[in-house]
Amino acid sequence: MDIKAGLLNNNKRAAARLITMLENGIEEALDIIKECYHLTGHARIVGITGPPGAGKSTVTDKLAKALRKEGLTVGIIAVDPTSPFTGGAILGDRVRMSDLSTDPGVFIRSMGTRGALGGLSKAAHGAVKVLDIFGMDYIFIETVGVGQSEVDIVKLADTVIMVMVPGLGDDIQAIKAGIMEIGDVFAVNKSDRDGAERTAAEIEAMLDFNKQEDYRPSVVNLIARDNVGVDKLLEAIENHRAYLDASGRYRSRKRDSLRTEVIEIFKENVIRSVARLEEDTNVLEELTESVLERRIDPYTAAARLMDSFTENGV
Amino acid sequence: MFDKEKLGQIKEAREKWENGVSKTISKQPERKAAFKTSSGVEIKRLYTPEDVADLDYNDRLSCPGEYPYTRGVQSTMYRGKFWTMRQYAGFATAEESNKRYKYLLEQGQTGLSVAFDLPTQIGYDSDHALSEGEVGKVGVAIDSLKDMEILFDGIPLDKVSTSMTINAPASVLLAMYIAVGEKQGVSSEQLSGTIQNDILKEYIARGTYIFPVEPSMRLITNIFEYCSQQVPKWNTISISGYHIREAGSTAAQEVAFTLADGIAYVEAAVKAGLDVDDFAPRLSFFFNSHNDLLEEVSKFRAARRLWAKIMKERFHAKSVKSMMLRFHTQTGGSTLTAQQPDNNIVRVAIQTLAAVLGGTQSLHTNSKDEALALPTEDAVRIALRTQQIVAYESGVTETIDPLAGSYYIESLTDQIEGLAAAYIKKIDELGGAAKAIEKGYIQKEIQDSAYAYQKEIESGDRVVVGMNKFQVKEAAPKGLLRVDPVVGELQKKKLEALRAERDNQKVEAALEALRNAAKSDDNLMPYILDAVRAYGTLGEICGVLRNVFGEYQQSIIL
Amino acid sequence: MERPIRVVVAKPGLDGHDRGAKVVARALRDAGMEVIYTGLRQTPEQIVETAIQEDADCVAMSILSGAHNHLFPKVVQLLKEKEAEDILVVGGGVIPEDDIPGLLEAGISAIFTPGTPTTVTIDFIRENIRKK
Repeated sequence: MDIKAGLLNNNKRAAARLITMLENGIEEALDIIKECYHLTGHARIVGITGPPGAGKSTVTDKLAKALRKEGLTVGIIAVDPTSPFTGGAILGDRVRMSDLSTDPGVFIRSMGTRGALGGLSKAAHGAVKVLDIFGMDYIFIETVGVGQSEVDIVKLADTVIMVMVPGLGDDIQAIKAGIMEIGDVFAVNKSDRDGAERTAAEIEAMLDFNKQEDYRPSVVNLIARDNVGVDKLLEAIENHRAYLDASGRYRSRKRDSLRTEVIEIFKENVIRSVARLEEDTNVLEELTESVLERRIDPYTAAARLMDSFTENGV
Repeated sequence: MFDKEKLGQIKEAREKWENGVSKTISKQPERKAAFKTSSGVEIKRLYTPEDVADLDYNDRLSCPGEYPYTRGVQSTMYRGKFWTMRQYAGFATAEESNKRYKYLLEQGQTGLSVAFDLPTQIGYDSDHALSEGEVGKVGVAIDSLKDMEILFDGIPLDKVSTSMTINAPASVLLAMYIAVGEKQGVSSEQLSGTIQNDILKEYIARGTYIFPVEPSMRLITNIFEYCSQQVPKWNTISISGYHIREAGSTAAQEVAFTLADGIAYVEAAVKAGLDVDDFAPRLSFFFNSHNDLLEEVSKFRAARRLWAKIMKERFHAKSVKSMMLRFHTQTGGSTLTAQQPDNNIVRVAIQTLAAVLGGTQSLHTNSKDEALALPTEDAVRIALRTQQIVAYESGVTETIDPLAGSYYIESLTDQIEGLAAAYIKKIDELGGAAKAIEKGYIQKEIQDSAYAYQKEIESGDRVVVGMNKFQVKEAAPKGLLRVDPVVGELQKKKLEALRAERDNQKVEAALEALRNAAKSDDNLMPYILDAVRAYGTLGEICGVLRNVFGEYQQSIIL
Repeated sequence: MERPIRVVVAKPGLDGHDRGAKVVARALRDAGMEVIYTGLRQTPEQIVETAIQEDADCVAMSILSGAHNHLFPKVVQLLKEKEAEDILVVGGGVIPEDDIPGLLEAGISAIFTPGTPTTVTIDFIRENIRKK
């Protein structure tokens, strides 16, 4: 299969295969991305996160359907945790999006966190690029908002929707610490339930506390299951985007995220180079031995490792 | 039941015996390190009067037909009359199923039990795209009153009791049954039978749901109300643990989740303004019967006692009929093996004994070939004969609740009741059965049990004869029942003809009236009955309700 | 680096008995595979689209309603139309022995009947993906 040609000719199979290759760290995949990178930048990227059971998949499903009605295409990346014991995962988000499966303007991809440090973030970045090149107008990334790696993923979004539900009790406190701040729009799903008002009030109070000068995230009441409030949510996403554009924050946000990405890739390359250098020279092992015997310190060792890089023209 | 001094002596004797046993075991260990029932109850080496020392006979057991009904709901039980022998049947077209029913009645079966195909169970007509390949497969295809008239042709509805395994569209099939009665000149007051009508276990275990929880509960309470006035001899619901067990639950979970569902129905009806004693006497239950004979007997007894207490103490029922847990039993389909299928006859016999010793009101015995395909006529006959042999030859029917007083049975009955009560408490804390289902809690508990069971089989810790031990090489079984694929085409043609010949304006008007009623708080039964009488199809009626109510989205937690 | 095998576990048709499908899904996960679980009432079209978008190595389906002769081959045929016939297709459920040769002929690679240990299914998938 000519993956590049397929990718540019609306072949879902090719796009799917390319995502797998990126997920599995296959080099040729990077070449294709490099060749097509100029085609990225078209898609609007929306992160959807929140605690388990908040209804994120249902929210994603309804948003996608609303956008499809406007004739826009939608890519969805749904992330579920990988079992740390077996490396396997059950990825079940599609259950809520069954009737989107056969829509030609929708592409859904499930992804396991796969445990490797930063690995998921890299794979998700890759998948977003593929779907962007593939021509999707909107790309949703859906993750459970509980861990740092998930937070890293949604950070590459233009707009982050935090989906909450009434009656989580102490959970909301736990989520507040460090994670609530990334929300650009708050959706209180299942808002027909008892306690919805209190949840909304708590979010508002949190927003009062973390005041930004020129933007206040909106809090939208939602009953995603019944498609109630979805238009309001879409509007809130639009408003956030308008703010980003008007304030010039869109560009600075993108710049931050790209800088982080370049640094991440650079770090990874360095680590890979160390591994390659080690195959030939054993430098790292010898330096480590020296540190172990207290002949030199770790800082000097690192500096010498850097020197041998330059010497070997890595 | 024993005085203190006597108990002391018994304890002493047992301890002495235990010491001797320890020595034996140190030389030759027992077969297993621990012995447990499916529900995880540790089984002791020996049960003695010590295990029932606290048992208050009048409070916990009492006499048959008396609260808390541990020993049975009738005062004479099988000395009065046997349970209803009711084989679940139905396949292909109404014509063919009608023939099978007549055959079963001739063979001495005493009630009918109708199996519907999946499109019927999910409210699609046979010509719907999703019905492709499914028409007439697991039951009979019913699209309209026309099919129902054929299904019961020559079977007088005032002479037979009919159980219908129908849930999401139960209201529509019941309306069709009432309409067939009208055509036969049998009034609705004379009709007797059961509809399953248990949507919660569809969400939990069986998967043939249509509408979301709230409108589904409304339809169910509409049926309760309508039947209490118009079809008083009808069992309006069969609250089913059968499928929960088939999905892999333990015996205690079967009791717990079934009764938790029951509580949800009673609460919904009470909330809708019904008096508990007006509808509760028509509630019935449906349980599974597995191979662990003594645990199963204990399970049935525990379920009866727990339900009686719930109805009396929680819902303040006054009528004794409201407190009685009457139940149908089916032997466990998932216990049957595709390997050496003749062995299944023996399994079914043990399960039949369990159901009868547990005091069932009616029973379906599975056929030996059900792990392979739909049962053949021969296989169904053997299954029915199994019930008849237990009834007429085994002698277990000659006295009531013959296992009562067994130290083990009474102790296990207590423990299963305790486990089930603990689960019900947990479900109450989650906000009731509907909420617990929405959260995926009940499904997860069942799946954990199912997966643990599978692992036990694969590790060989649990032996299934002929499947993971004592295997033989065997030839493929011959002569299985097959549903002719033309059934789908046949039903499509019938539908086409029906749509051409009926008064379509009348159908439209009835459907429109139903749509408006669905949006209001009216009882929907009269509107559904009108639509059925006008030969509106099942798919059309359910389509109107789908439009107004939406569809259920399953909760998956794996 | 060893990549996880990706399997779509699907329930085609209207049959709601998903005990087997769920047990298999868990067993595959515990064998280190990534299982994309679709839920009930999937059409062959939905299953095939899912398999393609997920770049699955295998589609595993379960049917207990007797509709297998219709639905299993339909999935294989649609995969072919989408030039995705390299995706392994396996099936399970209540399937009479007599039907198995016809299903294999139609391109389903294996049929697992009741009582098959999950290890057999796992090994079969491991050994047969991307070899067609």
